[in-house]
Amino acid sequence: MAEKILMKGNEAIGEASVVAGCRHYFGYPITPQSELIEYMAKRLPQVNGVFLQAESEISAINMVYGAAAAGCRVMTSSSSPGISLKQEGISYIAGSQLPCVIVNMQRGGPGLGSIQPGQADYFQATKGGGHGDYRNIVLAPNSVQEMADITIDAFDLADKWRNAVMILGDGALGQMMEPVEFKESSAKPPEKPWAATGLHGRKTHNVINSLFLQPDLMENHNHVLQAKYAQIQATETRWESLQTEDADIVVVAYGITSRIAQTAIGKARAAGVKVGILRPITLWPFPSKPLVDLCSTAKAFIVFEMSAGQMIEDVKLAVNGACPVYFHGRTGGMLPTPKELYENIMNVARGEGGK
Amino acid sequence: MAEKVFGRPESLADIPTHYCPGCHHGIIHRLVAEVIDELKVMDKTIGIASVGCSVLAYDYFNLDMVQAAHGRAPAVATGVKRVHPEGVVFTYQGDGDIAAIGTAEVVHAAARGERITTIFVNNAIYGMTGGQMAPTSLVNQVTTTSPYGRKLESAGMPIRLTEMLATLDGAKYLARVAVNTPANMAKAKAAIKKAFETQIAGIGFSMVEVLSTCPTNWGMTPIESAAWMEKNMMPYYPLGTYRSGEEAAK
Repeated sequence: MAEKILMKGNEAIGEASVVAGCRHYFGYPITPQSELIEYMAKRLPQVNGVFLQAESEISAINMVYGAAAAGCRVMTSSSSPGISLKQEGISYIAGSQLPCVIVNMQRGGPGLGSIQPGQADYFQATKGGGHGDYRNIVLAPNSVQEMADITIDAFDLADKWRNAVMILGDGALGQMMEPVEFKESSAKPPEKPWAATGLHGRKTHNVINSLFLQPDLMENHNHVLQAKYAQIQATETRWESLQTEDADIVVVAYGITSRIAQTAIGKARAAGVKVGILRPITLWPFPSKPLVDLCSTAKAFIVFEMSAGQMIEDVKLAVNGACPVYFHGRTGGMLPTPKELYENIMNVARGEGGK
Repeated sequence: MAEKVFGRPESLADIPTHYCPGCHHGIIHRLVAEVIDELKVMDKTIGIASVGCSVLAYDYFNLDMVQAAHGRAPAVATGVKRVHPEGVVFTYQGDGDIAAIGTAEVVHAAARGERITTIFVNNAIYGMTGGQMAPTSLVNQVTTTSPYGRKLESAGMPIRLTEMLATLDGAKYLARVAVNTPANMAKAKAAIKKAFETQIAGIGFSMVEVLSTCPTNWGMTPIESAAWMEKNMMPYYPLGTYRSGEEAAK
């Protein structure tokens, strides 16, 4: 077993991608993910990999499209405004069913926004983001160790489903330092007989394409994609439950806010309130089932996000009116404190509701 | 004994194309395929189709092909080439694709000296969408989005992309050709071959701009179109070599 080292989240993703066999990275600098592009610039040449700083996020995602089409493991990373620029390419990647890993270290928005942590790209990440009916698998780690582990999983999931996988972090996770160890990746990248490699004796040519001029064929292709997404929903949903068994109140939070929530519920438990956390690890597919199950024991949910309220829509869809769903959030790059969530939990516990 | 002296290049698929009568895309496709055959690189060539009339090029070449988003073909080609450095990678793009929406991608691919070859077909109009003004449309040229003619005051002068790229050190072979006469076709094929050879030798970026007609959207017969191209396009877009492989080798 490898020893534990102290690393920033951004760097841990970079090293984990190398462990996963990624040898191609295309990116463009943006705060707060610069440590990741810098790590790749230094690390990939050491393993005979390709690091390329593109002229824009648009070019970077299209280089990813090309490299994935050519059959290799490939990654790009950015932060909110840069991820917006990548959406065209992500839609083409979805349409052409290409595997790749995209990292978004979210910051405050909209527009140029702020450079501090945010979670306001939830809609963009989980509902598609670009044009057309498609889904990315969205993974939301909440520690540096999990960022490393989930990055390795991300490459395997991408290849397994021929689908883009987005790692949705934020500026806090990307820049905070924690001990991390890197486990060997056991999964081997599958053969990619569909890739554009040159014919090399093959009789039929491989074409990577998302254009279907005949609408019936386009619809058939959409049926194929939707069937794949249904399978992913059935098999790849992940979440973590923390002290939910006896909880009257369940906080729903992902990523860095789930860490803040841990401190808040500890304090609320000490004050005699039975409260737990349901943490989605996959944001798409969203863990609706554990929320539905909790409706038989919990009396209320509090959704806790660094946004004006985005994931709360998926929580409300899952709960479907069976329990009240309250919200506490901060926006613009403001990191909420455990104290403000604690006060919110206590208000709900007293029957005074939440925000 | 009959000897076969002329046939379809192996790299060109044996299917009808959707191109309009008098359009030069068919000739240009054929020249590219002949060059790939002659260089014996069909087995390791990957083509990038762009958005425009030539979007379906992925069906017309009997090669592994990747269809790219509008303007992004040089970035996609970069990704492919960096995975398969021993492969031969080319983009096939029109003037709207490369000189408007994709200007950044081609400029930076050329600046990096990316070992790819771009075939740039310039017909001074957006063909697929029905004849709108292109970055290469001539001053006073009437199109559906310049119904009173392209105005210098508001639209500026058309972009000469080949001359622009000639300022970049990474662009090692650049030429502008036409396929309006058999003599010009021979020169065009020689330029395309030189461009692919530049890539194969690992020297840097190469591009051949091919002037082309668009009879349908110009509103002319094929013969009138060829005459219009000679009279109006060639003076503004002079044929010739703008960067040569020899110069690059020094």
